Amino acid sequence: MPIGSPFHSRTDALCRTQEWREWSGYFAAISYQVSHEVEYYSVRNAAGLLDVSPLFKYEITGSDAGQLVDRIMTRNIGKCQVGQVVYSPWCDERGKVIDDGTIARLGETRFRVTAADPNLRWFQDCSSGLDAQVRDVSVEVAALALQGPNARNILKQIFTKIDLDRLPYYHAIEAKLGINRLEISRTGYTGDLGYELWIGADNAEALWDRVMEAGQGFGLQPLGLAALDMLRVEAGLLLIDVDYTSAQHARIPSQYSSPIEIGLGWAVDLAHRDFIGAEALRAEKQRGSLRKFVGLEVSWEALDELFDEVDLPPQVAGRASRMPVPLYAGGKQIGQATSMLFSPILKKYIALATVEAAHSQVGGRVEMEITVEYERKRAEARVAKLPFFDPKRKKALAHS
Amino acid sequence: MSQDFDAIVIGGGHNSLTAVAYLAKAGMKVAVFEQRGLLGGAASTEELFPGFRFNTGLSDAGLLLPDVIDDLGLTAHGLDWLEAPALAFAPLGAEKSLTLWQDLGRTTEELGQHSKSDAQVFARYTQQNAAFGALLQEMAKLAPPSLQYKPLPLLLAWAKVAIRARRLGGRRMMEFMRVLPMGAARYLDEWFESVALKGLLGAVSVSGLLQGPRAAGTAFMLLYQQMGSTGGYMAMKTAQGGVGAVSAALASAAGSYGAEIHTGVRVAHILSENGKALGVELVDGSQVLAKVVLSGAEVRHTLVDLVGASKLAPSVMRRLRALKLRGSTASVHLALSGLPKFSTSDNDNERLTGDIVICPSLDYAEQAYDDAKYGRFSARPILIARIPSLLDSTLAPDGEHTLSITLRYAPYHLRGSDWGNEKERLGDLAVKVLSEHAPGLKKLIKQRKVITPLDYERDYGLTEGSMMHGQMSLDQLVMMRPVPGFVGYRTPIEGLYINGAGAHPGGGVTGAPGRNAARQVLKEI
Amino acid sequence: MARAGKKVLVLEKRPVLGGATVSEEVYPGFRYSVFSYVVSLLRPEIIRDLQLPKHGLTILPLESTLTPLPDGDYLYRDSDKWATYRNIQRFSARDADAYGEYGRDMYFMAKAVKYILGIRPPDPTSLHPGELLRLAKLGKHFLGLGADKLHMLVKLMTMSSAEFLEEWFESDPLIATLSSSGIIGTFLGPRSPGSAYVLLHHYMGEIDGVFRAWGFAKGGTGGISEAIASSARAFGAEMRTDSGVAEVAIRNGQVKGVVLENGAEIDADIVVSSLDPKLTFLTLLNPEELPNELVDSVRGFDTYGSSGKVNLALDAAPDLACLPGLGPHLRGAISISPNVDYLERAYDQAKYGQFSEKPYIDVVLPSMIDPHMAPPGKHVMSCFVQYAPYQLNEGTWPEQREAFGDAVVNTLSEYIPNLKKIILHRQVLSPWDIEQTIGLSGGNIFQGELSLSQLFFLRPAPGYADYRTPIRGYYQCGSATHPGGGITGAPGRLAALEILKDGKL
Ligand SMILES: Cc1cc2nc3c(=O)[nH]c(=O)nc-3n(C[C@H](O)[C@H](O)[C@H](O)COP(=O)(O)OP(=O)(O)OC[C@H]3O[C@@H](n4cnc5c(N)ncnc54)[C@H](O)[C@@H]3O)c2cc1C
Ligand SMILES: Cc1cc2nc3c(=O)[nH]c(=O)nc-3n(C[C@H](O)[C@H](O)[C@H](O)COP(=O)(O)OP(=O)(O)OC[C@H]3O[C@@H](n4cnc5c(N)ncnc54)[C@H](O)[C@@H]3O)c2cc1C
Repeated sequence: MPIGSPFHSRTDALCRTQEWREWSGYFAAISYQVSHEVEYYSVRNAAGLLDVSPLFKYEITGSDAGQLVDRIMTRNIGKCQVGQVVYSPWCDERGKVIDDGTIARLGETRFRVTAADPNLRWFQDCSSGLDAQVRDVSVEVAALALQGPNARNILKQIFTKIDLDRLPYYHAIEAKLGINRLEISRTGYTGDLGYELWIGADNAEALWDRVMEAGQGFGLQPLGLAALDMLRVEAGLLLIDVDYTSAQHARIPSQYSSPIEIGLGWAVDLAHRDFIGAEALRAEKQRGSLRKFVGLEVSWEALDELFDEVDLPPQVAGRASRMPVPLYAGGKQIGQATSMLFSPILKKYIALATVEAAHSQVGGRVEMEITVEYERKRAEARVAKLPFFDPKRKKALAHS
Repeated sequence: MSQDFDAIVIGGGHNSLTAVAYLAKAGMKVAVFEQRGLLGGAASTEELFPGFRFNTGLSDAGLLLPDVIDDLGLTAHGLDWLEAPALAFAPLGAEKSLTLWQDLGRTTEELGQHSKSDAQVFARYTQQNAAFGALLQEMAKLAPPSLQYKPLPLLLAWAKVAIRARRLGGRRMMEFMRVLPMGAARYLDEWFESVALKGLLGAVSVSGLLQGPRAAGTAFMLLYQQMGSTGGYMAMKTAQGGVGAVSAALASAAGSYGAEIHTGVRVAHILSENGKALGVELVDGSQVLAKVVLSGAEVRHTLVDLVGASKLAPSVMRRLRALKLRGSTASVHLALSGLPKFSTSDNDNERLTGDIVICPSLDYAEQAYDDAKYGRFSARPILIARIPSLLDSTLAPDGEHTLSITLRYAPYHLRGSDWGNEKERLGDLAVKVLSEHAPGLKKLIKQRKVITPLDYERDYGLTEGSMMHGQMSLDQLVMMRPVPGFVGYRTPIEGLYINGAGAHPGGGVTGAPGRNAARQVLKEI
Repeated sequence: MARAGKKVLVLEKRPVLGGATVSEEVYPGFRYSVFSYVVSLLRPEIIRDLQLPKHGLTILPLESTLTPLPDGDYLYRDSDKWATYRNIQRFSARDADAYGEYGRDMYFMAKAVKYILGIRPPDPTSLHPGELLRLAKLGKHFLGLGADKLHMLVKLMTMSSAEFLEEWFESDPLIATLSSSGIIGTFLGPRSPGSAYVLLHHYMGEIDGVFRAWGFAKGGTGGISEAIASSARAFGAEMRTDSGVAEVAIRNGQVKGVVLENGAEIDADIVVSSLDPKLTFLTLLNPEELPNELVDSVRGFDTYGSSGKVNLALDAAPDLACLPGLGPHLRGAISISPNVDYLERAYDQAKYGQFSEKPYIDVVLPSMIDPHMAPPGKHVMSCFVQYAPYQLNEGTWPEQREAFGDAVVNTLSEYIPNLKKIILHRQVLSPWDIEQTIGLSGGNIFQGELSLSQLFFLRPAPGYADYRTPIRGYYQCGSATHPGGGITGAPGRLAALEILKDGKL
């Protein structure tokens, strides 16, 4: 049985549908209201508040903390200043992705790493020979994601003493709620302007209440996982064990992925670095990767036609679908789409997919399997640039 | 970068010296650095007290590969053997004793007094062990093949061994495979009925193991200790001047081929860059560079302390951490004003020329182990003692003697106490137990030195006091040695090789890891 | 064999079929799984081939393991991944992490050895091309695993279960409870090398494709035997109980039939013995008919028993001190294995010929899952116990049996305070009793230790691991043959395949 997160008393009261999913052993609301689209639109037009406490969180300290994090991450953490946050995957020695998350440098020798899965043992095993301690703070730190164009204005109601206008994308700042400290980072999983708030679990409820209260005039809605899944697909953000398999869960060779293969090549910094997996990734760079992670836009005309044949309007997922489907080109299977969505804001049927490298050029054509009245058909799709949706406000500083 | 040497060898144990001699003989420019003031490592002969020279670790060189002696001409370099008529003597109390002799007939005769049937089968037992031991010795000369390392010549060499095994006959070959993973206790139970005989023979089956004689795989150790011998007890050879003479001869041979040998010089780091070994840094901060580095020091020390944990992949660290060192042997060295009289030995000193073994039964040994399991040293330990001065007058002043006792089990990790507290208590215990059979012993003691597993770590470089550089349990043999995934005497650091007891075939004064590693290096560069 | 059209007769000495896999109403209204109590290892191909579900086989899942601790705390693991994670985390956050990966790697291991469960062992000394081919196939299988898995497998084959687990975990209750699978039925402690193999043996089972899943058979383990018997009957086999075989009759090195204990003679061209090799070769045959080396091997075959079983009829549900009241934990296993030293001390006593006064006990309550096992509201409790050495230093088992039962009940009472008050009936089985009732020599539950020197091509004797014997027409099919003990059916199946193959020649 899942248990409640530190915000459970609040989320439980609001979750009218009582639709919950288990997230790392916690109850997580799928959708608070009957229509999850309300929540989806709140993020794109106003603001949404999501309980992300079930993330795993590790605090890494000690005089070699920086060295350890740099050893683990494919990104160059040496470049990360205090107050900065970076996103990075991390790999096993064969250069296969174990997990991905954000790394906040909270002090010269203090980092907080978030992860989708337990990673304590791995991080500890990477720390041999270094003066660095890894502590699992998942339970003691509660976390909220406040996302959407109004997010900043809501926070400004609460935190008047800090300058949120000038907090750049992927940076963090310390704040106080009464006498209690918390950290605010300009991060998120929605591809929109947004913040994540990190606070001691004991003060979680107070924080929720303050944010909800401050958000009243700004269209703030509690946000469930169904809407989140749509938002992250539009943002081109991949999800572990949906869009790729963690090296710690993979059972057969084809299930392992390198960061390059899952579209995170940009987050692999090989120059003069010796992180875990670097050697294998150098070799892969030279060799070229076999697979690539891409976005797809499915042709609406093709969908229309297929459904027209059976006299039905196109039936596409109202929620993001995680049922993987095969992709074809030239009559043979060349990959699979792993997350699919009819994007309400783009009005397009989009998908995240892994394809053979030869089929990964933007604009290239593939066919995606579509089931029409229990029959398997194929619809044309084009490789699209990721992210599908990328508003300026996501990264921009506020106009002063 | 200029290199000072073709090869640097860390540690001056006999295996390192063997490697050095082979490399130098092949024309390489080689230097060896030993931290201690003298060579020999776990098989050294040292003057602990003025005029008294002791074998401070292993005292016997019976396992030394004949190939090493011949290839390096050790006889010409001063290695000489002394004749010891007795293999092992077990005082049994109440004027009874049991002695195993070099001469099989004499052993059988003596055994007849204990058990007719044991006397009858003993010859067959020694034959079988000799055959199995010979096979093991063949295997000891080859690098273990593995999934990551299977060059054709090596596979052919192993195929030859397999054919040799096949030539024992199908039945014998099956028996070989059946026996190796057995407990020594069960193996001995299958052969013999005399409790005393089984205790005596079983004593060496737990050499370097934190396991009792019932443990699966101790039959392997029983046979390993008999590689190249026929006596049914343990390969035994006494070097003139003490076991340290082996290393002295090796050093002399190496020197004659031009190798540099430095003692009293501790290696502080192995220099490496991008996963490649460059040389070593000595404690005084000076750096010595070479094409390859070999280490005869314990493998975890070599990699974790000398190379540095932060240079090793997590999976390598996991394997090194999982390495079971399990040091559990201590020794007690006594300078004696005269020869002790064993109540049972009818004053015939001949019996005392081999091992003196206190291990009256297999259950005794098993119970000794039970204590160690819970982090205590054995209340009734297994003792294997020697009086080398009996055969070799150079070791002690006239009329006086040296007695060295190897004691099991003395676990490195004590619970609720530490070796600082327990050290002399252990010495007292060893003397007390031996005195039960040699009542006058205490009065003869002029000086005493106890060497605990902690001392072996601090002073002899044996991590956790592990005399085999990793216990030789079934899970740490052949391709699993020194740790799984290290193949062909190599390490994950390119150009760094392991040539000590941590590598196949393992511990004892065999010279095999040193020889094999040197041959591997010569093949590769 | 019946399915293949052979005319088959089963002769069973006892009044019931099943041997160590039997349910009996020892106390009115209560059905005990007298000996074996949980199932996992039964080969799926047997279930399919013999259509066992049609013949009544139902396996109910056993989902949890509770380890009560002396300080009133407990470790609880079940099929809820994250609840288990949190429970382990209370003891060690690192172990909670490692647990998932350990599970995956053990799945790899179970998969790696699954192949071996389905083949008859080759003879490594034979130069016959067929045997060399088998050997090569086997080699290819193992080399195909890759280095990491091969190393792990070697460790499992050679190490002690506790030391193997210590490479993964640090918390004592978890290591102890996992390692206890390595001591079940074997005269080894958790720190004895060889116990990791026994651990693996317990992971090889598969229920509906899921490795290491354990379950209860509906109606007790006897339900399995009944289903197999029913299937066999449907294929035309005949079963006779109360028909002990006294002797296997041979003429000119060829089997002729059997002589029953009541003197009756039955002729057959083929006789198959599911008894242990001591009975199969030394009792049912005249050893003089056999090669000396086989007789020596069989005499040396280690069948020393070390397990006991205590079956209890309870007036009410047991109430655990650490988790009072009814709850899902009562539907799973309760393991008395608080720490490794506890288990090791239990073994120490047994090594020198005493039963453990504080034993390892694996408790299950079949009636919690299958209510037909006991009257409503009442329960049967099965306690599997290590160690009860076959040979006692002092006294005999008939003299010591109840003292042993007391030790078990006393130990359990420390964790289940109401136990003594609710016991209606107690059945205590020592290895001696097991030997007496179902004829397992030495009382060894696997018909012979699962040690490296008694496995695969060495089981039960070098040169006789192919289910055949030196006597033409005489075969072996019991747990003493490859792949060994447990409710697997595998030796029986593999033997039948060999017999049918010989029949074709
Ligand atoms: C009391 C005792 C009894 C034994 N009994 C038996 C027995 O009965 N049977 C058996 O088979 N074996 C026995 N052995 C084990 C046997 O003696 C050893 O396995 C063998 O001597 C190992 O030889 P080696 O050359 O591989 O290593 P070692 O002899 O250990 O040599 C390693 C050398 O490296 C040096 N060193 C380490 N680190 C450094 C550094 N950083 N810089 C420089 N030098 C360094 C050390 O000082 C040491 O001299 C016994 C050992 C002991 C101690
Ligand atoms: C106490 C105990 C607990 C166990 N727990 C489990 C468990 O939980 N899970 C598990 O998988 N395994 C368990 N086992 C092991 C498993 O039960 C056995 O390995 C399996 O039942 C063996 O089956 P078998 O057919 O080889 O031999 P057996 O079941 O021993 O069958 C042999 C049969 O031959 C009969 N017989 C003997 N002599 C004669 C004769 N002269 N003439 C005719 N018939 C004769 C016997 O009465 C018996 O019925 C346990 C075993 C025991 C003893």
